[in-house]
Amino acid sequence: MYVIGERINGMFTDVKKAIRGTDAQVIKDLAKNQVAAGATALDVNVGPAVRDDEGAMLWLVEQIREVTDVPVVLDTAKWDVMRAVVPKVKGDMILNSTKADPEIAMQYVQLAVEHGAGLIGLTIDADGVPGNIDKRVELGAQLITVSMDGGLELNKLFIDPIILPVNVAPKNPGHCMEAITQISAFADPPPYLLLGLSNVSQRCNNRELINRTYLAMAMAKGLTAAIMDPFDKELMDTAITSDLLMEKMIYCDSYLEAARQ
Amino acid sequence: MASIPDVAEKWSRSINTVVIGATAEEGGTRANTVEIGGATALPFLAFEGAVGNPPAIAVEVWDSGGDTWPEQLKHVYGDALSSPAAWAKKGVEFGAELICLRLMGAHPDAGDRSGADCAASVKEVLEAVDVPLMIWGCAVDEKDNVVLPEVSAAAKGENCLLGTAREKNYRTIVAVCLADKHKLICESPLDINIAKQVNILCSDAGFGLEDMVVFPTTGSLGYGIEYVYSIQERGRLAALRGDKLLSQPVVCDVGFEAWRAKEAKSPPFDTVTDENRDAWGVMWESATALVLLQSGAELLVMRHPEAIQNVKAAIKRLMPAKS
Repeated sequence: MYVIGERINGMFTDVKKAIRGTDAQVIKDLAKNQVAAGATALDVNVGPAVRDDEGAMLWLVEQIREVTDVPVVLDTAKWDVMRAVVPKVKGDMILNSTKADPEIAMQYVQLAVEHGAGLIGLTIDADGVPGNIDKRVELGAQLITVSMDGGLELNKLFIDPIILPVNVAPKNPGHCMEAITQISAFADPPPYLLLGLSNVSQRCNNRELINRTYLAMAMAKGLTAAIMDPFDKELMDTAITSDLLMEKMIYCDSYLEAARQ
Repeated sequence: MASIPDVAEKWSRSINTVVIGATAEEGGTRANTVEIGGATALPFLAFEGAVGNPPAIAVEVWDSGGDTWPEQLKHVYGDALSSPAAWAKKGVEFGAELICLRLMGAHPDAGDRSGADCAASVKEVLEAVDVPLMIWGCAVDEKDNVVLPEVSAAAKGENCLLGTAREKNYRTIVAVCLADKHKLICESPLDINIAKQVNILCSDAGFGLEDMVVFPTTGSLGYGIEYVYSIQERGRLAALRGDKLLSQPVVCDVGFEAWRAKEAKSPPFDTVTDENRDAWGVMWESATALVLLQSGAELLVMRHPEAIQNVKAAIKRLMPAKS
């Protein structure tokens, strides 16, 4: 499971404060601790903290690079910010994210290829988030096509079918799972299939239980990456155990410890 | 013309390399060291990746009890079976790249030799031959825990391969291998889950995963070899796919198992004559070794010189030509 730690995001109060007060230690600790908890990469999102997205994003990346070399996942919806930030980032990175409209996606693909980066593509276009499975799958195929045309290897492409909160969009979790299965079938080996997991439980009770349960269900359908909370140990153990049950690893009595190493 | 599709598997991890033995420059007294492992693909499939070092052959020597060996082996070893030093020399003569000294005499039912006696046997063998040494305990937990610390100390600096660590008994041997800087054999009873577990237990106890050799337990032709094959194959596939807890080279106890088979010792077939009787054991040992090489085996412990020559010739054929 490719775990992208979600915690360095200006939506969280501690991060927002750290950005505003340029308190580097908070960011360094979050980076170090998420990696120690099993994160493969770290999402970096300035959020609503400050106006200067570019400067804040680079400052966050700088703090992260002081403590770890794992890929940083540059999370911004603004093309201008992405284009400005990417050339200045040291080490591995993933661009988060592009929409599926071919002309938009191609810009991102070219930027990713130019800098050896990965790319997260959303199954969303000018018409917004699809309300059904077929449109998601169609946009997923479109993202794969653009990536191949633009020279981005599929092991650097992450397709995100967009999970919405279960309380407002009850059919959405099922749609995403089915889309994951169908998009995975387009290429062998397929691109990563990714979800912003915590979104499924926004404003719900039992958030952690919903996240854990949905992670296991979606992994059974082919989910291979998630932006999620690595500090939820039960969630991380759910990911490891799902991998075990799908024969991604060999069992031993200490399989959790083995996978955490 | 249609192009031929590339069917080569792409693997993400390699089998660890492990060096056994130490020369004078490295603080030991061996003439050379032996390096095993290093493959980045399934055995001998050079078109998929590096095949690594050729499998090595260790010849089995006992500290005592050679009189219990089958007649066919007595024919070739003769009086050497009564002295570990002479026996080891014979082994080298027969093509041993390492000597595997099995402390059978330490077993409570087979002489119950003391740690000091066993350590003396180790010294004798080290003086008699200059190839790297494997040292294999008697597999009785309590006795191993008494004997192995003494034999380990007697071979300090020689970078031996010492065994075995098992799921219920690994702490002592891990400690002595760490103290005396030996490599470690991790044993499991034909169980891939336990193989992985023993490795993580020894790793948690402080022993480096890169210094281990795995012994998944061997069975000979006709006595469970299919099962051994599939266990080794599963471990190898997991390793190449990225499981660092199963990426250790594998040792197979070929001679010991093959010569337990009645087809080797006293072949019960109509066509057996006094002239061809000895060939059955040679074939049994050769076939067992050759099958297990295909599922991933870096180190074979063997007995009969003709079987050793058969297997060496096969390895030479199977390894890609050096460029």
